[in-house]
Amino acid sequence: MQHKIIETEDVVIRFAGDSGDGMQLTGTLFADASALYGNEISTFPDYPAEIRAPQGTVSGVSGFQVHIGSVKINTPGDFCDVLVAMNPAALKANVKWAKPTATIIVDADTFDEKGIQRAGYATQDPIAELNIQDRNLILAPITTLTKESLKDSGLDNKSILRCKNMFTLGMCFFIFNKSLDYTYEYLEKKFKKKPNLIAPNKKVLFDGYNYASNIHAIADTYLVEPAKQEKGTYRNINGNQATAWGLLAASEKSGLPLFCGSYPITPATAILEELAIYKNLGAKTVQAEDEIAGICTAIGAAYAGNLAVTTTSGPGLSLKSEALGLAQITELPLVIVDVQRSGPSTGIPTKTEQTDLNQALYGRNGECPIAVIASHSPSHCFDAAFYAAKYAVEHMMPVILLSEGFLGNGSEPWKIPSMKDYPEIIPPVIKSSEGAFQPYQRDPETFARKWALPGTAGLEHRVGGLEKNTAGVISSDPQNHEKMCAERAEKVSRLANYIPDIQVIGEESGEVLVVGWGGTFGHLFTAVSTLQAEGKSVSLAHFDFINPLPKNSAEVFSKFKKIIVCELNSGQFADYLRAKLPQFKYEQLNKVQGQPFIVKEVIDAVNNIL
Amino acid sequence: MKYTAQDFKSNQEVRWCPGCGDHAVISSLHRALPDVCEQLGLSKENLVVVSGIGCSSRLPYYMNTFGFHSIHGRATAISTGIKVANPDLSVWQATGDGDSMAIGGNHFIHAIRRNVDLNIILFNNQIYGLTKGQYSPTSKLGAITKTSPYGTVERPFTPGALVLGARGTFFARSLDSEIKLNQEIFIEAAKHKGTSVVEMLVNCVIFNDGAHSIISDRENRADRTIVLKHGEKMIFGKNKDKGIILDGQGLKVVTIGENGVTEDDILVHDAHCESAGIHNMLVDMKYPDFPVALGVIRDVKAATYDEAVKDQVIEVTGKSNIKSVDELLHSGATWEVK
Repeated sequence: MQHKIIETEDVVIRFAGDSGDGMQLTGTLFADASALYGNEISTFPDYPAEIRAPQGTVSGVSGFQVHIGSVKINTPGDFCDVLVAMNPAALKANVKWAKPTATIIVDADTFDEKGIQRAGYATQDPIAELNIQDRNLILAPITTLTKESLKDSGLDNKSILRCKNMFTLGMCFFIFNKSLDYTYEYLEKKFKKKPNLIAPNKKVLFDGYNYASNIHAIADTYLVEPAKQEKGTYRNINGNQATAWGLLAASEKSGLPLFCGSYPITPATAILEELAIYKNLGAKTVQAEDEIAGICTAIGAAYAGNLAVTTTSGPGLSLKSEALGLAQITELPLVIVDVQRSGPSTGIPTKTEQTDLNQALYGRNGECPIAVIASHSPSHCFDAAFYAAKYAVEHMMPVILLSEGFLGNGSEPWKIPSMKDYPEIIPPVIKSSEGAFQPYQRDPETFARKWALPGTAGLEHRVGGLEKNTAGVISSDPQNHEKMCAERAEKVSRLANYIPDIQVIGEESGEVLVVGWGGTFGHLFTAVSTLQAEGKSVSLAHFDFINPLPKNSAEVFSKFKKIIVCELNSGQFADYLRAKLPQFKYEQLNKVQGQPFIVKEVIDAVNNIL
Repeated sequence: MKYTAQDFKSNQEVRWCPGCGDHAVISSLHRALPDVCEQLGLSKENLVVVSGIGCSSRLPYYMNTFGFHSIHGRATAISTGIKVANPDLSVWQATGDGDSMAIGGNHFIHAIRRNVDLNIILFNNQIYGLTKGQYSPTSKLGAITKTSPYGTVERPFTPGALVLGARGTFFARSLDSEIKLNQEIFIEAAKHKGTSVVEMLVNCVIFNDGAHSIISDRENRADRTIVLKHGEKMIFGKNKDKGIILDGQGLKVVTIGENGVTEDDILVHDAHCESAGIHNMLVDMKYPDFPVALGVIRDVKAATYDEAVKDQVIEVTGKSNIKSVDELLHSGATWEVK
């Protein structure tokens, strides 16, 4: 049988298996190979909290979805065209994400009595039970074939079984007409120190490819041509890496050494890990004894003149609350990165949400407004982190940068920028003072105070959590306290004079304005583009700057008959907008499931109010 | 030109209660710092004094240096950040028994474990003073306070044992009123590279008056305390006739000239001994069985965290090909779109 090559603009593939099956790596390698080929990509890891949940159970299923395209790709895709399920549990948990027309590849060897039972099927016939017997199902004996492929490799049985994912990847490369070269190179690099693993992994990848080509069960393969991208050099980047690199970029531009004090927490840990690598760019990392020490070491470093950062996720931000107040009242520059996850409390730690907005805006004692910025895509994390640091330093205040698990772990191709195109960061460091130094004297424009670094003769002064007057002397004078609170708030408000206006995507007036913030950008953009293509009067305003809001927000809102605020929480941004811009009525689309939007959900919600 | 004590005094009015032991400690510090600066080649602007919350944590306001009065328990973490960010600074910290042993216990032990080069003055008055009289983690078992009207049922910490348990490299103890000894200890603490913890037994005249008087009263002090000096015999007492010997696996107080004990039998204090065995016994000596040990009890060399962090940055920088963010952005797998 000659298979047919379907040329298509985009396809979605979802890899699912046991959390020990290496699905995250398989997915990443597939994404990287696609990106290097020139496809647009967007990825979405969907994994359990347990490192190794009970084998074969639904709770232990780890998934990784890749969306590749010859056109601009903005989301990891709602439903997949190809589903790879390495065991019965993975099939059970993921079949709902497969399109009716999808090709479903399963490792048939795992569908034995034990495997089926562990996955919690009611019958011994999962295929019938899931009602997928008429779907394009490929029952491949992946375990057996992997063992056969590697029987002469000299590897032990356990090591051989670990290569199942490479066999599967090989099959997928055939289905998507992809070259194996990039993955060969990767394996050579990865196993440089264990060279005996290079050849077996390459062989099993190659055998998987050939198996898929030989079985004739695969009627169609897909060809996604390289995307027409802007000229330039590209790389893949995930959000956590981009955040770390954005901070390094700010360190370079400001001339301030980077200091990161953090405590490991999912899904933010990778930022600390990434910064720990780049000591060559002057980054100092302290893995603190707890979240509080993370922010407090950073506050100390800020006082001493470093570009100080602490990275965390929701529960960690809760623990840092008191210290955030200290950073605010001492008016020290500090970037707090919160890679949000599902809450409250431990919640669903590996799942994405936007439920920390209220905490970021309000979660402190006293009058304590803090600037809040959000990243909206994996690569945008770079710019968001850069500007969070720029504003923190130049305005002498803490800035909270909200990222999300979805962004932190997701990746996309990124046209590599040049640092010469980024603005300078000018720390308001003071070297000497005429007359007695007044620590809380403010710049008349920004309201930022001066940064007097320890070691500067003549500028000895005290800061602290107690209210002070402009001269830096403790004061419980009622009028002074009110004035200082107002000035600190005014400093945050005045940031609005320095941030860009909000840009409307689509017509600047019309029926419905979709409003979003953060990591929902790709889904909202795709939904709005789809609606616009249908001729509907819908535009998008996506906020990167939350506190303060861009100055033109009200003007933008006023041009639309209806506004719908879409977010992955119960309406926190909508409520914030009601408080800040009460003259408008806000419809809402909310989702609190630990999962990103599905584009169709957004389209339906907009259609409902059109 | 050598600084004077006056150079380190700020123009702020000192607001501790009259008779509070903290006055004597800060006075000792003001007097010690000119020598510290001279011996270590430091300028005043290179000194940073950090504190948490509590009576003693007001200390930075009374110092004419850079200062950071932070939040309860967290001073040690803030000091760590300052020192790592700029290892050239001389970082001092004022903390109390509540601040460092209770709410800030975690940061305290981890700074010591890492051996960050800090000088921590631990004001131990065995009470919460600023909140007006509740028991602390160092209050004696049975102490009657506002939150323990029938006496505490908690065993207290011995701060020195906690420091040594956290692998501390420097521990000293003194009494608030021992101004001269305090100065000597502060100078030794400053010279020590690593976390120096100086426990100051201070008196809270309002809420815990006389907490240490059983050992600190002038008439008995010589008999009930022993000032340890490295390389010197552990001899104490008004008549300098008592000493400490090793007896089996423990220490024992003996009188020289009685039962055939001669001065040769008395232990010589070795603050630099790597093993903390004897140091543990010394910090744990309590009246009436033993004199309470004062002076520098432990002072051993070990790599400091702040220097190690700095050295690693230098080492990795030397080896790496990536020298700028532009190079970083282009590192790894990239592709061209033409």
